[in-house]
Amino acid sequence: MSTFVYMTRCDGCGHCVDICPSDIMHIDENIRRAKNIEPNFCWECYSCVKACPNHAIDVRGYADFAPMGHSVRVRREEEKGTISWKIKFRNGTTKDFVSPITTKPWGKKIKMIIETPLNK
Amino acid sequence: MLETNPFSLLSEVVPTVVMQVFIIAMVLLIAFGTIIQMIHHKNLTYFFNNAKKAKLQATREVGAAEKAKIIAKTTVYDIGTTSELGFGKRRLAHVLGMYGTIIFWIASAMLVFCYTGADKTSSTLWSMLWHVGAILTCVGGFWFWFFLRVDVSAEAHPWYRIIKADLFVLALLACSTFGLAWSYTQFNGHVGLSFLFFALFVVSNLVLFGGVYWSKFAHMFYKPGAAIQKNLAEADGSRDNLPPPADAPEQFGLGIKREEPKHY
Repeated sequence: MSTFVYMTRCDGCGHCVDICPSDIMHIDENIRRAKNIEPNFCWECYSCVKACPNHAIDVRGYADFAPMGHSVRVRREEEKGTISWKIKFRNGTTKDFVSPITTKPWGKKIKMIIETPLNK
Repeated sequence: MLETNPFSLLSEVVPTVVMQVFIIAMVLLIAFGTIIQMIHHKNLTYFFNNAKKAKLQATREVGAAEKAKIIAKTTVYDIGTTSELGFGKRRLAHVLGMYGTIIFWIASAMLVFCYTGADKTSSTLWSMLWHVGAILTCVGGFWFWFFLRVDVSAEAHPWYRIIKADLFVLALLACSTFGLAWSYTQFNGHVGLSFLFFALFVVSNLVLFGGVYWSKFAHMFYKPGAAIQKNLAEADGSRDNLPPPADAPEQFGLGIKREEPKHY
């Protein structure tokens, strides 16, 4: 399942570009909004989906098991420390989940790329 | 300089009616470019389909009064202060540029249609607003262009890399900058330079308004529509399939604060 961006919601803040471990989220050169430049290489890590402050990124399911009208949507609320999920199945059933945000701040556990020595 | 109507001095060379026709032509170019873009990109179709989908998934009926209240609130807060950009430099730069441009355009029309010509009086207020609008546009626009562009700040592209998305902002900045330069040189009697900057001012206006189809110009119509649709979807419970706001269990504690996307 790969991610895609709702252009009407995206404001081009760059958070998904910053966080994508596959480096496939980039800024579109025509409208300066985010886009997934290589859906086949998406790891389905949901980092960008969770990082987006405008809920502009969604996940497109494979047609063999998630055809017609399913959705996986995320609402991240930093001020509450929560991340909520809503799974909508193809038959219309929905399931809601709420979890704590467990993301670690940059710099403590995760080194910036620029600080990582090359060839090691 | 700030209190002088630059179009008044220009009317000694260019007839007022030519300036008025030019402004009307620019408005028509905006309408033409936006309509062609809507037909080609199917933006309006997307909005209508989205509204139909939201109506089917709505869990409650939103009355006309509530709808009007949501639209008014969205217009004043979300659109008027570009709240989607959060609380930071991007929002401030956008607000400066947005209001600067609106003031600049309205003042241009007012000066040309009401205060330029042989039998017309001058207006210090509108002349001041024209210059202030141009200055605000330059401050917000150059701040964005040099320091805040996301492809530069988050993707580490060099600042001088120009892409198609820059057509709108660069044309807008060229208009305001050349307009100010033209007003300054004209006021100080530099005839040659003032004609040069005036010619550049006209060309940048043609690029800005003639390039609506190719540029991001029409985002100023689509973004308000998207903000209203988003808030109406929250109110009627459809929420674009998003989960409802969490009831924040206390044991979760506070999440980490979002950082600037500059970790390349």
